[in-house]
Amino acid sequence: MRIDAVDRRRWIVASSALGLSACLPPLPARAAARRGRERPAALVAIWLAGGPSQLETFDPHPGTRIGGPTQDIPTRLPGVRIAREFPRLAERMDRFSLVRSLVSKEGDHERGLYAIRTGYRPDPTLVHPAIGAIVAHELPAPGLELPPFVALGSGQFPSRGGYLGATLDPYRVVVPGRTGQNLEPHVSGDRQARRLAALAALTRSFEQGRAEAVRRTLHEHTLAEAIALMGSEQLEAFSVTAEPQAVRDAYGDTPFGRGCLVARRLVETGVRSVEVTLGGFDTHAENFSGQAAQAAVLDPALAALVTDLEDRDLLASTAIVVCGEFGRTPAINPLDGRDHWPHGFSCLLAGGGLAAGRLVGGTDPEGREKMPSDPVEIADLSATVMAALGIDFAREVSTPIGRPMRLSSGRPLERLLASGA
Amino acid sequence: MAWRRLRRFLLPPLALGAVVALLSAASHRPAPVAPPTVGFSTGFSAGRSAGRSAGNAREASPGGRADRDTGRGAAGFDAVVTAVDRVLATRREAAGIPPADVADDLTVLRRLWLALAGTIPSLAEIREFEADGRPDRLDHWLDRLLADRRSAEHLARRLASSLVGDDNGQFVVFRRDRFTTWLADQIHANRPFDAIVTEMVSRQGLWTDTPAVNFVTQAAANGRIDADKLAGRMARVMLGQRIDCAQCHDHPFAPYTQAQFEGLAASFAQVKFTALGVEDDPLRVHRVERPAAAMPATAVTTMTGAVGPRNVPPRVPFGAEWLPARGTHRENLAAWLVHPDNHRFDRAIVNRAWAIVFGRGWHEPVDDVPSPGDARDPGDLLDLLGADFRDHGCDLRRLLAVLGRSRLARLASTHPALDSPAGCDAVADAWAAFPLTRLPPAHLIGAMVQTTSLRTIDQHSHLLTRTIRFLREIDFVREYGAVQDGQGTAQPATIPQALVQMNGKFARELVAANAVTATGRIAGMARDDEARLELAFLVVLTRRPTAAEREALLPLLTAAPSRGRGVEDVCWTLFNAPEFCWNH
Repeated sequence: MRIDAVDRRRWIVASSALGLSACLPPLPARAAARRGRERPAALVAIWLAGGPSQLETFDPHPGTRIGGPTQDIPTRLPGVRIAREFPRLAERMDRFSLVRSLVSKEGDHERGLYAIRTGYRPDPTLVHPAIGAIVAHELPAPGLELPPFVALGSGQFPSRGGYLGATLDPYRVVVPGRTGQNLEPHVSGDRQARRLAALAALTRSFEQGRAEAVRRTLHEHTLAEAIALMGSEQLEAFSVTAEPQAVRDAYGDTPFGRGCLVARRLVETGVRSVEVTLGGFDTHAENFSGQAAQAAVLDPALAALVTDLEDRDLLASTAIVVCGEFGRTPAINPLDGRDHWPHGFSCLLAGGGLAAGRLVGGTDPEGREKMPSDPVEIADLSATVMAALGIDFAREVSTPIGRPMRLSSGRPLERLLASGA
Repeated sequence: MAWRRLRRFLLPPLALGAVVALLSAASHRPAPVAPPTVGFSTGFSAGRSAGRSAGNAREASPGGRADRDTGRGAAGFDAVVTAVDRVLATRREAAGIPPADVADDLTVLRRLWLALAGTIPSLAEIREFEADGRPDRLDHWLDRLLADRRSAEHLARRLASSLVGDDNGQFVVFRRDRFTTWLADQIHANRPFDAIVTEMVSRQGLWTDTPAVNFVTQAAANGRIDADKLAGRMARVMLGQRIDCAQCHDHPFAPYTQAQFEGLAASFAQVKFTALGVEDDPLRVHRVERPAAAMPATAVTTMTGAVGPRNVPPRVPFGAEWLPARGTHRENLAAWLVHPDNHRFDRAIVNRAWAIVFGRGWHEPVDDVPSPGDARDPGDLLDLLGADFRDHGCDLRRLLAVLGRSRLARLASTHPALDSPAGCDAVADAWAAFPLTRLPPAHLIGAMVQTTSLRTIDQHSHLLTRTIRFLREIDFVREYGAVQDGQGTAQPATIPQALVQMNGKFARELVAANAVTATGRIAGMARDDEARLELAFLVVLTRRPTAAEREALLPLLTAAPSRGRGVEDVCWTLFNAPEFCWNH
């Protein structure tokens, strides 16, 4: 760890000058230590950015006009075959439910990601919170020193806290496996302690004649939380060095693999909302090699994540959603690529309160029907995930300007809930 | 996505090119009025900048150009300031809350600089200001700042954030840098605001050599214009009306319908992109494909029932009699928009100017302004200032000068009632004290960058200094998170933001005491620790420390292993204080 024990003690003394003790209650009876269904629910959202091809992932149609060279393999889910590039996932498919009929109205990357993450179409007068922010907002984690919503991996269009506030923007770790940015004070504990003591005095001075107004800025509270984070032992969750080599190998030696491993560590530590982004699916040219390259990254990481969570008895409390912003066209273009296709693309769901072993919808193997059978709106998908986590998805919250908004405008699909028929 | 990657690869050199072009363009222009950076008493490095701009000081006549009646002494100027003060006094009296005390001059100077230049006064400026013995020195300095190129560039950036947004847009046809530079030129020349807006809405031409058209090309999508996006943006920024809520459903509070929104958007339907840039094709019609059924479950709505593609002719939601008889759809739209009877136009810019000077709009959100009555109400602040704005040729500089001159701009941000939650609400509602608002990221960085230099960083600074400033701003804002202008000034900072400010690379470089930073100079050249502390306060907080603050902060200097480390600790502390991060 970067800050040694002596320094940490100095910090705690200095931080108390900032009123830190008031804002961080002691860890409750280790909610994070509980297991199974008793454990507080969490979400790991895996965003496959760029638009993964349903035909090269979870909805292949080999030997048809639209299937291309992609071959399929059987899975542990009876009757469900997925692309040959996912052998490890095929072994774990009985833990998942698969939706092959998601439909979105957005065919642009930024707008599509917005829609899939928030469950709403972009609105010029309002930013909707991403589902990760909603989970962090609706499912507080007392005693957690880490940020409530963490985003791992680089993404061009980050998730937002939206009308729930910038404090629910995700804490971003661009290179998973490293601790987040700007956590080192770069000065000795002595100097830092002197600085913080002086800062407290300066804040008292600024409060004269406007005490409540300054309190409302939450300036000192935010600083105290940031400082607590800098000195927190929970930061270990961001590192993978303590993991056995076999575990690291299972996830794959890739940034995304490490991201999934860190996601598990964060959930284990008590973070209730994590997202991991894997880009590179935008294969307008050379679709088949491009999708295969991403499959080689995704397959081991996703299979290892489910196995690892299950081995630690965390899967029952941790919902996993794996989805892109849209799929790709059945037609293969002259560059051997596939273009954007928001009509009928795939999504994997597992864990938490979500059902396993269900299959919803399907696309036309010949590519003649534009719409899939049994189409699922993305608003309904986000309502389903919220319902699985025990969130009142229909709750109306008020935006900062007093506009009433439902957390989700959709309705959950009972078939995809563990409690459902 | 591949294109985005390519663009990301191309952008840095292009952006750098744009900076250099922007900076060199600025330096070739006849020297505008510049704040002379003459001697300050610590003596170090004063001589280097003293001579260069002293000559410009003579041009700093109140109000800048003689042909426009901006500023003090201009027609009706004092009267409108008095009228504004009266409206606010009436409001306070109705609420039964007395006004705050008057703030000290340096505090006011700092706020004016933050509002109108996006940075804080340099030590050189503070010294010169303090040496200015005129009783109305703040008024002189306000006029001088408004005539300064720095202010034009800052205001252009703020307005551009609302006018064209902060997204990247379609790079091929959209050039934000050109648009912002053009807007700064217009503001610096104090061109009437209605003429500026007319040009943005109606001009034809190429995005590079006719920068105004970038207002239109911001909405380019796949070779066409997203008329909905453009119409919505225009109505919000230029009319203070959120008509775009009616894109999918009728507006829940205001009387706008989906049909009205579509009619407004249809005014942009003739736009087409050719090798010559933006043109208007009279044969184009506005096709609407959205089914009229798409609406959020919670919205109050009346469905029109229409389904499937339909042609929509241009139509304005009110004031159809202001439309000229002939012209392109966009020319007609522009004429309607800025028509003297269209009070929404002036009320919207007044509300935005109010937000620029006071940190929050007279009405919030800043782009959702109540509709005006049939006649001007002199008791309504927006009507009062809107009428004055119109009567003086849509003079943006005069409007800002009136606000900067008003009593509210000179009130302290402390008030006895600010000790309780109820008191805070009452003071805010009655505008009884200067509001405490969070500095937007660009202001924060502007203020931080200025503190690295004891001299004023402006268009006379070395090209390299300005380029570094520009690039640092981009980096910092990217890491810290951009906030669209007029939004988020009441929201607290986030933990990652606090971490950037405490430990980020930029903050570290900024406080590092070396030969070129202010910290290094303060450490090396001030006579003792007391003097170092005072200088650091002046440079970072634009004031001197109180006795209690001296006592609390001197140990940072005395206990430090070296003078440099001590000044670094002081500056770090000041940078992270609420006083630095919140406009007061």
